[in-house]
Amino acid sequence: MLSQLEGSQATAKAVARCRPEVVAAYPISPQTHIVEALSDMVRLGELAPCEYLTVESEFGALSACIGASAMGSRTFTATSSQGLLFMAEALFNASGLGLPIVMTVANRAIGAPINIWNDHSDAMAMRDSGWIQLFAGSNQEAVDLHLQAFVLAERLGLPVMVCMDGFVLTHAVERIDLPTVEEVDAFVPRFEPRQLLDPAHPVSIGAMVGPEAFTEVKYLMHARQMQALDEAPSIAADFGDAFGRTSGGLMHSYRTEGADTVVLALGSQVGTIEVVVDDLREEGHAVGVVELVCFRPWPETEVRRALAGAERVLVIERAFAPGAGGILAADVRLALAGTGTEVFGVVAGLGGRPVTRSAIRELVDDVRAGRLAPEGTHFLGLRTDVVEHQLRRADGPRPGPHAESVLAELGIVGSGSH
Amino acid sequence: MDEPFAITLDVGSSRANKTGSWRTERPVYVDLLPPCSGACPAGEDVREWLYEAEDGAAGYERAWRRIMAANPFPATMGRVCYHPCESSCNRGQLDEAVGINSIERFLGDEALRQGWTVGVDVPATGRTVLVVGAGPCGLAAAYHLARSGHTVTIRDAGPMAGGMMRFGIPAYRLPRDVLDREVARIVALGVRLELDTKVDDLDAALRRDGFDAAFLAVGAQVGRRAHLPAGSAAHVLEAITMLHDVAEGERPLLGRRVAIYGGGNTAIDAARTARRLGAEEAVIIYRRTRERMPAHDSEVREAEDEGVLFRWLSTIKHVDGGVMRVEKMELDDTGFPQPTGEIEELAADSLILALGQDTDLSLLDAMGDVEVRDGAVEVDATMMTGRPGVFAGGDVVPGERSVTVGIGHGRRAAAYIDAWLAGLPDRSEEVRRTAPFERLNTWYFSEAPRSHRAQLEAARRESTFDEVTHGLAPDTALYEARRCMSCGSCFSCDNCYGVCPDNAVLKIGGPGHGYEIDLDYCKGCGLCAAECPAGAIEMVPEQY
Amino acid sequence: MPAQQVKLYQIGTFAVGNRLLDAEQRTVQARMDRSNSLTSGHRACRGCGEALGARYVLDAAMRATGGQIVAANATGCLEVFSTPYPETSWQLPWLHSLFGNSPAVASGMAAALRAQGRRDVRVVGQAGDGGAVDIGLGCLSGMFERDDDVLFVCYDNEGYMNTGVQRSGATPPGARTATTRPLGAQPGNAFGQGKSLPLIAMAHEIPYVATATVADLHDLEAKVEHAMTLHGARYLHVLVPCPLGWGSASEDTVRVARLAKETGIFPVFEAEHGELTSVSRIRQRRPVEDYLILQSRFAHLFGEPRRDDIIARIQQQADRNIERFGLLDPRAQEA
Repeated sequence: MLSQLEGSQATAKAVARCRPEVVAAYPISPQTHIVEALSDMVRLGELAPCEYLTVESEFGALSACIGASAMGSRTFTATSSQGLLFMAEALFNASGLGLPIVMTVANRAIGAPINIWNDHSDAMAMRDSGWIQLFAGSNQEAVDLHLQAFVLAERLGLPVMVCMDGFVLTHAVERIDLPTVEEVDAFVPRFEPRQLLDPAHPVSIGAMVGPEAFTEVKYLMHARQMQALDEAPSIAADFGDAFGRTSGGLMHSYRTEGADTVVLALGSQVGTIEVVVDDLREEGHAVGVVELVCFRPWPETEVRRALAGAERVLVIERAFAPGAGGILAADVRLALAGTGTEVFGVVAGLGGRPVTRSAIRELVDDVRAGRLAPEGTHFLGLRTDVVEHQLRRADGPRPGPHAESVLAELGIVGSGSH
Repeated sequence: MDEPFAITLDVGSSRANKTGSWRTERPVYVDLLPPCSGACPAGEDVREWLYEAEDGAAGYERAWRRIMAANPFPATMGRVCYHPCESSCNRGQLDEAVGINSIERFLGDEALRQGWTVGVDVPATGRTVLVVGAGPCGLAAAYHLARSGHTVTIRDAGPMAGGMMRFGIPAYRLPRDVLDREVARIVALGVRLELDTKVDDLDAALRRDGFDAAFLAVGAQVGRRAHLPAGSAAHVLEAITMLHDVAEGERPLLGRRVAIYGGGNTAIDAARTARRLGAEEAVIIYRRTRERMPAHDSEVREAEDEGVLFRWLSTIKHVDGGVMRVEKMELDDTGFPQPTGEIEELAADSLILALGQDTDLSLLDAMGDVEVRDGAVEVDATMMTGRPGVFAGGDVVPGERSVTVGIGHGRRAAAYIDAWLAGLPDRSEEVRRTAPFERLNTWYFSEAPRSHRAQLEAARRESTFDEVTHGLAPDTALYEARRCMSCGSCFSCDNCYGVCPDNAVLKIGGPGHGYEIDLDYCKGCGLCAAECPAGAIEMVPEQY
Repeated sequence: MPAQQVKLYQIGTFAVGNRLLDAEQRTVQARMDRSNSLTSGHRACRGCGEALGARYVLDAAMRATGGQIVAANATGCLEVFSTPYPETSWQLPWLHSLFGNSPAVASGMAAALRAQGRRDVRVVGQAGDGGAVDIGLGCLSGMFERDDDVLFVCYDNEGYMNTGVQRSGATPPGARTATTRPLGAQPGNAFGQGKSLPLIAMAHEIPYVATATVADLHDLEAKVEHAMTLHGARYLHVLVPCPLGWGSASEDTVRVARLAKETGIFPVFEAEHGELTSVSRIRQRRPVEDYLILQSRFAHLFGEPRRDDIIARIQQQADRNIERFGLLDPRAQEA
């Protein structure tokens, strides 16, 4: 059923139709509209049986979900940014315990400095938390991914994070085809927990494991995550059969046939990139784009298969690892190692800075024209005058060779207008 | 369920981890001798019969039978025993001793009321034993010997059985029907009681009647005479004779003012009897102080209550014609009385001498192998004299003299005689460690609320008064029994079972074998021992 | 004398059981069929008060609910000594998540049960003082103010014992811990710090708050039993001596707990909806010195020089508790 909906409202309705029994959440922008809507539905009895817990922190929110999930209930929460970090300890715990919690992350920058706008720093910071991380390119996909997330989580016994760009998606009103209650019921099976707190069959969950078995436990976590590389496409295929549209899976390729240059990105910016690709294709340039849906587990083989034919790959990502560089780019470089494909890593859109069509077009042109070094990390639209001035300021500790020369050598400082 | 490896575990699986290997000490249940039993001359297992009595009506008969295992005179001893059990009772260090004696009397009376009897539960041995003397010692010996299957004959010079219980203890302390019924219970076991049958020559008696063994318990019935200068007009009696006469129904003429010379229980009995015989004034003259008086304190107090007077630190120098000359004494550094030369005169119509009793052992004259020294028969550790098969006990052997001691001698002698008849080697009684107060964890014993304590004391006072008053009411007896702290022995309070952090105390259930330490898991922390109210668990080093 | 009064003189009033008592008047721990919710083979130290307290509490809760208990457990000694892979000592459904989140985990469990319509199954949350008083306080306070249907139990051993005896917000003044060593002029832990979680719980006006010790099982079980008759947030704070951290003899665990109460150092009371409803009166009042001297964490107060000033301040705290909570029997005070 098509309707004009805010991304958060659509997500909340989709989640509600998956019939979570416990929702525990703490307010943080830009996630709040989702849980506000769920709270309303619980209060009105539209979502029942369901308990909505107004917890005292994100740490409490995910912790309550851990308890509820272990008790055998389908469980949902949502957060953003600092909230995700405040959950960090519980994130690792939920995945370690193998609890199939589904969480929406309305992606937002991390402070300091505090910033409420969109980038992917929060999800990227938690990339090793053992959660499956799916990124929605659009609100329609956000809706669809939530359905698939519950199926995937419960099938594997792993928690799933559905990432959707804060404000850009959460607060955008779009036309969305919202699955009906009946359709969701048909697609998302009843929750059959792998482990359960049940007085009739008592078990102890959460044992302390020493060196003698810790590696095996962790290996098994890894192995189960890797199973998602098969399960996610399978569920996406089922979804396609049921709903007649392509959503989810590991990635979506757009006009990559015969492309010499492929852009790879996560989330809503792919829509902008697709428009640029359309322009380039019209002008006769062989450029395509790959939207990565599943970032964790890392679909290394699939990424290589999708990109290896290109001469160069441009990774545009809305997060980076300070002191190291692009996160997604590093993974892509590993996937393409030995293929001869050059990988250009560009950090863009931090803290909500717009990533415009023209900026992307210029970037692609620079890459194709050999004006950008394939090494290092580039910052799109960096105001070099500001940073250079700051690095040269007389007062304060003098920037040593690292800041001035090493970074410059790596091309981080001096990447022109990018 | 396909539970995650190592994250999710099946419950209770830690039992595979035997933490017993941590232990350096292990708890061991012990059964120590409680001070009450240790102090009981009759050898009663006081704690054990109190344990039975704690069950109330359902347990009274069991309790009585446990007393009867040592002492055939519960109703009698519940009245006349000076209860060293209570003096040594650990509860006395907490608040007040358990009123053991009054509970014993309650049980003894209950037995008489209910008509409980004991029987001989073993086949007859065909062996015959002569018991000389039907006092507490002889009767007790006869009782135990009879219950062991032997054929017992008691011979006594007197007209009635009971010895000093009948002729030494006034009736106001021990009603005769109580004594009669407890003696009758012994006779009912098949004991042949030959009264008015003085054994003049034990050797001859044994040879003539072919007894396999004999027990000599003729007591000490001859009043000791002091070298007391007395004029011809002096009216001087011996306490033991006077009490004997009264017991036989005579009323000796004592006059208005009676002096009693001595400081033992017999002096008190004589004074209190004199008061009952009409003496307006009964004065006990004793050469030391009240603190040093051998008479039992409760007896002295009761005598005081009855108006008996005391003249401490005094000796009688001369008596004649209603006047005594009394010399004041003073105690020297060693506590021995020394004359001061200060003389007073005291008017007295009669003087009763209560200076102790001697034995008459002329029946042994023909037995050169039985040694008599200072009026006492020499016996070995099994109470046997120099003549094989001839044993002696009670007042005729050296040591403390009391009815309770006599009963204890009778019990022990019976056991030795039984062993000797069976040709078994000497069995010295095992030496058991006692349970001192310090071993107990008295936190667990609740205090008596004040109102209850007052009731208790009233009841106790009554019980130790004469027979005009009653013994303990059933509830009071039960309450009193339940004050027992079971020193040194498990009484199934479940504390060890409860306080073990490792569930290493197993509750087996059933009296007597309530708990076991599960050494697979016991870490040896010692909590069970520390929290055992009765001090019945101790930690023993592990031997590796 | 009525038969009931006779029973006053039995040991059963204070001991775990008593053959003379009616079975119903005996403690759960006296029963041969007790749950042993925490069973043998756990790796707690000798004489561990927490192992004892946890079994006391959970067995009572199991009995009160017919075995329908699920437990959430914070990280800490209780978790570490009970569930080292491949063995667990628990005999009830039990979940360990993190150090600071057990109240929230318990809330989630209760919410799930509510959503599932299972009113028969009840939730118990457990933590040491670190997990409740300190790192878990936020989650616990949230659980309280939401009035979630959880009995939360803090086993208070007054320090971070699992990590090597460091100071917690529940460590008493004057006590030596690994982070409050009596070095320099410092007499161990400082005065005027720390917090009373039971009073904090009361400030939430939740249905039930109680304190207890492992020294009075009847009292402890009665409180658990009462708590299980109520719904909503309930808090039980149990003092559990730690032989390792307190430096007390392993056999003295119960004795030390008893003295904590009898000195007034640890007030034992109950409160409903923020109001004090009952106190366990001191039976045999003792000076704090009797309590302190059994524990080597206070040994520096009795060394050279002896710190009578510190001991006096600790006594003042006990006296304040006695006055504040009315811990003395008024009749005893008259006498």
